[in-house]
Amino acid sequence: MEHRLARLVRPFAVALAAIGIAAGAVFAGQAAIADTGSGPISATKACVTDATTGCVAGTLRDDNENGIKGVEVTLANAAGESDKATSDADGRWAFKVTTAGPYTAKLDPGTLPKGVKASTTSVNVVVTLGQLRPAVFQLTGHPAGSKNTTQATRSGGRLVWDQFSQGLLLGLLLALASIGLSLIYGTTGLSNFAHAEQVTLGGMMAYTFGIALGLNIIVTTIIAVIVGGVSGYLQDKLIWAPLRRRGLGLTQLMVVTIGLSLALDYVFQFFYGTAVKPVSTEVEHITGPLDLTPTAYWSMLISVIVLVVVGLVLTRTRIGRATRAVSDNRALAAASGIDVDRIIRLVWIASTALAALAGVLYALVNGGIQWSTGVQLLLLMFSAVTLGGIGTAFGALVGSLIIGVVVQMSSLVLSSELKYATALIILIVILVFRPQGILGRRERVG
Amino acid sequence: MDFISSLFTDFGTQILSSVTAAFAIAAIGLNLHFGYTGLINIGQAGFMLIGAYGFAITGRFTGNFWLAVVVALAASVAFALLLGIPTLKLRGDYLAIVTIAAAEIVRIVGANQSLAPWTGGAAGIPGRDYQGTFIDLSPLPHDGILQLGPFHYPYSQGDSWWLRIVGWGLVAVIAIIVALLVRSPWGRVLRGVREDEDAVRSLGKNVYLYKIQSLIIGGAIGAVGGIIFALGQSVQPDSLGRSTTFLLYTVLLLGGMATVFGPIIGAFLYFVVFVGIQDVVSATVPSSIMNQQQVPEFIYILVGVGLMLLVIFRPQGLLGNKKELAFGD
Repeated sequence: MEHRLARLVRPFAVALAAIGIAAGAVFAGQAAIADTGSGPISATKACVTDATTGCVAGTLRDDNENGIKGVEVTLANAAGESDKATSDADGRWAFKVTTAGPYTAKLDPGTLPKGVKASTTSVNVVVTLGQLRPAVFQLTGHPAGSKNTTQATRSGGRLVWDQFSQGLLLGLLLALASIGLSLIYGTTGLSNFAHAEQVTLGGMMAYTFGIALGLNIIVTTIIAVIVGGVSGYLQDKLIWAPLRRRGLGLTQLMVVTIGLSLALDYVFQFFYGTAVKPVSTEVEHITGPLDLTPTAYWSMLISVIVLVVVGLVLTRTRIGRATRAVSDNRALAAASGIDVDRIIRLVWIASTALAALAGVLYALVNGGIQWSTGVQLLLLMFSAVTLGGIGTAFGALVGSLIIGVVVQMSSLVLSSELKYATALIILIVILVFRPQGILGRRERVG
Repeated sequence: MDFISSLFTDFGTQILSSVTAAFAIAAIGLNLHFGYTGLINIGQAGFMLIGAYGFAITGRFTGNFWLAVVVALAASVAFALLLGIPTLKLRGDYLAIVTIAAAEIVRIVGANQSLAPWTGGAAGIPGRDYQGTFIDLSPLPHDGILQLGPFHYPYSQGDSWWLRIVGWGLVAVIAIIVALLVRSPWGRVLRGVREDEDAVRSLGKNVYLYKIQSLIIGGAIGAVGGIIFALGQSVQPDSLGRSTTFLLYTVLLLGGMATVFGPIIGAFLYFVVFVGIQDVVSATVPSSIMNQQQVPEFIYILVGVGLMLLVIFRPQGLLGNKKELAFGD
């Protein structure tokens, strides 16, 4: 199964590489910590505080919220010592200082681009060692060519449209990840709480092969999907199949997935640390009718195609029909000559491979991967499969799209972190009014 | 020899610790859910966090200790109702899904910067903001440090002897209450629900109501654990996340489900094994192979694997009875 996926992904991944994917300016910035002076005040690219260092830093933005490059800022102390920093492409500038006390940051208005005016050119700050002290210069206007990219200044309709397209993107990636969750539930009855880690695994593989080993994105994606599929194969071979033969109850199996999830979370932390790992090094700009980055368009296209293929496999092929037969009635499927264990193994492989693909694309679209990325998505995945009808592949698709769009749209009125709470509310409402979900059948509810 | 004595000192420190008491209390609550009633609550850390927030926020703004406790318990009851009412009529895994999601939501919402005036955002609420009223209740001297053998803690301030006495006192009281509850006719119905819902229903009992009661009581006990946890340190959303719930399952399965002493023995065992491995690994594995931060991560990997092995090979734990498990199919 993972073979089919790999073949499918390859042409699009080639195109991805040609386009030149990207996302993490932040990481590039972090990577290049360089000092330019050694006195009590020195300009630096990114200031890191410690017991003997304080920081003064700021970001220069025009009224379109775009960073302004090449503006000179001077920081001086009372003794007259000073250094000069120049803002980078994102408008950031920073100094590190080694003595506490009052400092004055001055902006050179002559270096501002045409069209931008500073209403303040001098800011006084008091620095404490070990802390970062922000200095804010009020700037108005914007230079020619500065595009309006901020959401705050956009008109209402535009904002709604943006959130809708973000939601569509989230929904498609969610569908990739949660179809596997639903298929495993359908064929084995198991709610796999370790499915989130399969998504993280995909993203981590994208980091490992794409960034750490520097392979190109096509190869990286293929490897990540294969690693995901292999992990599913091994899991079923080494853990789930033997436990099925042992006759372990579903509750017990669920606790096993909890243990696995705990172990994998810390395996990621052990090997990759807790920080966000970049999966791409280029900066992209939003474009096109949906106001998304090129990577996001490609991710959506790949998701749609993979989802269509999964749908065709499930409805048109022998294996797909056998899978649905096992979901409907395992004993009957076995009696009619279907090798249930083989189907379940294929489902594990396909599910984990799809989750890995979702992880790669999610990491690409969001700029990076962290040990907890999958865990955060798990919430949305469970909401999606419950909404669509747990155990049904198409239900997971429908549920994911709805959850993706609704959750993303909710950030129009709520703070964006609280969007997860929206998913929980949907989940609870669904369980009250239609526990079997949109496409589910009543008898599954119990 | 030094290593051995410091190892045993570490064991003692960990067993006395208010964190161990908080885990034991939360595990007793989970035992009522999972061990006695068969409810798969994968959000016990959410109940703890709700309790900790309810207590800390109320304590911080009103300065009234008992009001803070009442608010914490009321919040956990409301949380239990919110999660229980839609799911307890459905099959078991719906409760599992909703509780794991809800616990995560509590953590995410708590860490959200827009609520920082109340919750302190991701940094949380520092202990000194709400510990004062608890310290005032202490009959011990308010200041100073008491040394007993290798253990020296403040009398009443912060992570104190006073907190240890209250924490372990509560462990005892709650264990006794739960023991009496599960031996009562009410408790027998709970076990009946775990073994065979339909049989209990045919006896004319309202299974749904019993499940909700169990969820509420166990959740409130979890909130008490959260208060003890918060009194020992600070309220930090990330310190009571998903993995805390998983650790509580490990504690429960180590000691033995559906037993009175299981959760308590389990908490001792869990922390002693954790500290033991930590000390041995720190002393033997060079830091070039595993740095200071990686040691606990390594142990948590072992805990996860241990939980899998435990539930597969010895689901009754140390004290449990194999016939008394929530693992019926």
